[in-house]
Amino acid sequence: MLYRENGQFKTTYRGDQQIFPILQDRWFVFAVLLVAFVGIPLFASEYLFRAILIPFIILSLAAIGLNLLVGYCGQISLGSGAFMAVGAYAAYNFFVRIPGMNLILAFVLGGLCAMLVGVVFGIPSLRIRGLYLAVATLAAQFFSDWIFSRVAWFTNNSSSGSVSVPQLSVFGISVSTPVEKYLFCLTLVSVFALLAKNLVRGHIGRSWMAIRDMDVAAEVIGIRPVHAKLTAFAVSSFYIGVAGAMWAFVHLGSWEPLAFDVNRSLNLLFMIIIGGLGSVMGSFFGAAFIVILPILLNRGPEWLGIPISTAAATHLEFMIFGSLIVFFLIVEPHGLARLWSIGKEKLRLWPFPH
Amino acid sequence: MGFFLEVVLGGLMAGVLYSLVALGFVLIFKASGVFNFAQGAMVLFAALAMARLAEWIPPMLGIENLLLANLIAFALAVVIMIALAWVIERLVLRPLVNQEAIALLMATLGVTYFLDGFGQTIWGSDVYEINLGISKDPLIILDKVFEGGILVNRDDILAAAIAIALVALLALFFQKTATGRALRAVADDHQAAQSIGIPLNRIWVIVWSVAGFVALVAGMVWGSKLGVQFSLAILALKALPVVILGGFTSIPGAIIGGLIIGVGEKVSEVYLGPIIGGGLENWFAYALALVFLLIRPQGLFGERIIDRV
Repeated sequence: MLYRENGQFKTTYRGDQQIFPILQDRWFVFAVLLVAFVGIPLFASEYLFRAILIPFIILSLAAIGLNLLVGYCGQISLGSGAFMAVGAYAAYNFFVRIPGMNLILAFVLGGLCAMLVGVVFGIPSLRIRGLYLAVATLAAQFFSDWIFSRVAWFTNNSSSGSVSVPQLSVFGISVSTPVEKYLFCLTLVSVFALLAKNLVRGHIGRSWMAIRDMDVAAEVIGIRPVHAKLTAFAVSSFYIGVAGAMWAFVHLGSWEPLAFDVNRSLNLLFMIIIGGLGSVMGSFFGAAFIVILPILLNRGPEWLGIPISTAAATHLEFMIFGSLIVFFLIVEPHGLARLWSIGKEKLRLWPFPH
Repeated sequence: MGFFLEVVLGGLMAGVLYSLVALGFVLIFKASGVFNFAQGAMVLFAALAMARLAEWIPPMLGIENLLLANLIAFALAVVIMIALAWVIERLVLRPLVNQEAIALLMATLGVTYFLDGFGQTIWGSDVYEINLGISKDPLIILDKVFEGGILVNRDDILAAAIAIALVALLALFFQKTATGRALRAVADDHQAAQSIGIPLNRIWVIVWSVAGFVALVAGMVWGSKLGVQFSLAILALKALPVVILGGFTSIPGAIIGGLIIGVGEKVSEVYLGPIIGGGLENWFAYALALVFLLIRPQGLFGERIIDRV
């Protein structure tokens, strides 16, 4: 009834190719953006910002980045934590060493450094695929763990090995209260998400998907695998690097290499499996799920009045994550995003199914 | 020279442990084509089971004898690992049959997380000891050849002996028993094996059980050396570079790869570490694997990967 596309005729190619071809979708996106930019800042509490919203938004960006590589190009990566770390430390060095550095510029430069590293570790993907690549990216992970804790230059010779950033501000506007941080992250992530959505709709995204579905066939129809795979690594690492810089600067404030260890990589992978491989929307769902679940597990028993120790909650979290991964892979390999699109299909017919 | 040999020997011992983990990995990969990320978690789980059972059983049954208690704990842990293999086959592998390799890899990631959480929930999450009753005093060998001789730990020697015995046992099992032959048939060609009446599902349970057994042995040896704790699972991840070095489908490859990586990382840690900063051990194996991937992706002994369309 509400979600019908009858009568919405596309009379131009432009109209046919636009990002949200259905009017209701456009309204929905506007509504979501309005709620996110105006509604939430008015009503959310500080705890909500710090514990849920900011991590959710930043991790969504990282998940989008990883999804571009794993979901769209089919190259598995277990090293996203390393690319986040590269982004964070590079941005930190640009920010600290160059006086008057613009914050956003530092993030972008951090992302570019992560991109370079990503391309270097992506080179093996030209010779190997799938499972072997997992190990190559794992090498990136352990190497970055080591280099950022051992080489003092990266941490600006900080004695404790952890680094922290001073007061943040963008173009003279300070980014210090949770609401400001939230809006800052939201703006960046909205822009990047829109970019990603458009990338995967376009020529380059299609070549990634062709490589994912069958690389030999893709080569036959004239897609260069070298180009497609390396661009996927580059764009993905750039996104993950920017997300890493945001995670470090905005969410953590002060951090050490441990913040980007192998668990972070696996966490991101879980996000896109649960959210939906090959879907920008799914990255948001997955990030929301992975951010909220541990909090619920920690707080839920408390609300229900069941005493549970922190350690037990952590183990429970591990078990639930593990089972969910297997569950989703078996029951719904396309994740929450698929449920979303099934819901939309049903809504088209509702309430008269004929 | 004596010191160098000591380092190499230490590396070989660490390498034996990597080999043991890699062995379980290769077994599963050969028989079911699953890239089993959970092998490390299985090692941890098995070691935890063994350590805790050895601790709980003596007071319950009133056994004083350490060896007997260890044997009972070991036997029970074997039963647990077989049950685990059965559950994994039922709940994870069977529903995912015929899926892409990447989906199976991610499923084993899920299994890893589950086992890490589950193991620590039921067995506890502290550091536990596995006491095999070996004295910790090092032996000094070759003191006639070098000044001061070479220090060797007794438990290292035991570890090497156990590893050799295990490999011999596996070789016997694979070569001489009907089940072993069926396993090799499945490893060679799934479809052909199935068409002559080998039940794939049962074979998978068996091979995961064997891998569980290998994990238990690895966990026991490792746990007696370093204590049973969560970091075992991370250490066991080093089996991945080992199998890349040795080749995914080669059992001798797993063993030799493990030894190369064990020696390589100890030697590089001791001799390169002071120059470029310590802690090389953590990534040396992966970097070596990366180099191998670029030069010889099939590993030292692996079958050449040929893709046909």
